[in-house]
Amino acid sequence: MTQQTGTASIKEGFAEMFKGGVIMDVVTADQARIAEAAGATAVMALERVPADIRKDGGVARMSDPKMIREIIAAVSIPVMAKVRIGHVVEAQILQAIGVDFIDESEVLTPADEQFHILKTGFKVPFVCGAKNLGEALRRVGEGASMIRTKGEAGTGNVIEAVRHARTVLGDIRTIQARPAEELMTVARDLQAPYELVKYVHEHGTLPVVNFAAGGVATPADAALMMWLGLDGVFVGSGIFKSANPERRAQAIVKAVTHYQNPDILAEISEDLGAPMTGINIDELIPEERLASRGW
Amino acid sequence: MAGNAALSVGVLALQGAFREHMRMLEVLGVQAREVRLPADLEGLHGLILPGGESTTISRLMTDYALWDPVRQFAVAGGGVWGTCAGAIMLARTIEGVSPNLGAQPGLGLLDITVRRNAFGRQVDSFAVPLDVRGLDGPFPAVFIRAPLIERAGPEVEVLATQAGGAVLVRRGRVMASSFHPEVTTDPRLHSLFLKGLSEL
Repeated sequence: MTQQTGTASIKEGFAEMFKGGVIMDVVTADQARIAEAAGATAVMALERVPADIRKDGGVARMSDPKMIREIIAAVSIPVMAKVRIGHVVEAQILQAIGVDFIDESEVLTPADEQFHILKTGFKVPFVCGAKNLGEALRRVGEGASMIRTKGEAGTGNVIEAVRHARTVLGDIRTIQARPAEELMTVARDLQAPYELVKYVHEHGTLPVVNFAAGGVATPADAALMMWLGLDGVFVGSGIFKSANPERRAQAIVKAVTHYQNPDILAEISEDLGAPMTGINIDELIPEERLASRGW
Repeated sequence: MAGNAALSVGVLALQGAFREHMRMLEVLGVQAREVRLPADLEGLHGLILPGGESTTISRLMTDYALWDPVRQFAVAGGGVWGTCAGAIMLARTIEGVSPNLGAQPGLGLLDITVRRNAFGRQVDSFAVPLDVRGLDGPFPAVFIRAPLIERAGPEVEVLATQAGGAVLVRRGRVMASSFHPEVTTDPRLHSLFLKGLSEL
């Protein structure tokens, strides 16, 4: 019997299992325990949440493997961690310590201005951010097993995530309506692999799972992203920068499951304490916009 | 007996790969319905518990009081099939629970002992052609951070094994698989489950 590991279908199949769920940023084992108890489908282990990366400045890198190991030991749900865009060695290190999923993330300071990691060479699956369909398909072409909106991490402001979700999903609808003979030109214009453009034309979806990320702060924000047509939600600073992380985490989990049920949404949105303080995107100078990292 | 079109089958849609099961059921001509609240169970012949994160799904089962209604559904003769996380939820005994959460609630509908993440972490996830009793050829089985059925009670029929344990078992209309038939395009195990619903 031939047993295979690390194939595209195993990596993409794993991503399917996160659907309808919430993946939460945590910086300590204690936070990971709170996230798991609240019903997170996975945790993202990192040293600082995006809101603090923004505040502190400096170079943001992969987390200390010791801290990631502590989180892996603390919970039974999958553990994800971030590497800098293009940092192949950080990714090799995370694979070696048994991280379940790697986020090649614009939230950290990019290591390579030109090239992303060739993700097909790894057994561990990758998730990457995208602002539009061309970017999403380039990442899938490199081997990403999951796509998420970039949004604008650490702002508590959902507007950029909504913009990226509407752009990707709108681009998909446009391609579906194009006749087959136009797809090569579409691929040229999107700067995306032709085979993947054909897939989108035939199926009306990305070839991989598509999540929301970057600015989700309330259960209503999470439900909005589901309503727009995404498969699940990453919440970064939104939980542990709020007044009552435990309650807010539980409420966001329920909101993603019951996003079509306004009565339940109303009930779970009550009395959560203060959300994280938001940032108006227009007030960010261009260098502070994390979404512009990567291409 | 009734054909597939006369069957109503629900898929527990709290979290996980429920859409893939829905699609498979629709391909097979069954009336398929997403189940999120107890009222959604009414009139169903069968219920599929999909793959996903078992701690998340269990938490939502508790929050929306689904444990007893699903148990009663099975006791009243409804068929239930759990895949991966769903198989964990069907088990009488769950090993390998979170060091954080302790004992994990379950339906206890099958006399089996299931070990969570028995094959390791995601880098150890694998696909293998699996011999299944009653199928004409190997099934393309995908094991993703999969559980292993370490013990099956005397009344539980073992249909497939892997790594010294059971990975597909059945007792009457209740079935459990460690792997994910829903992420393949092979409908044979879905057909097997549906056949059980109209036969027994």
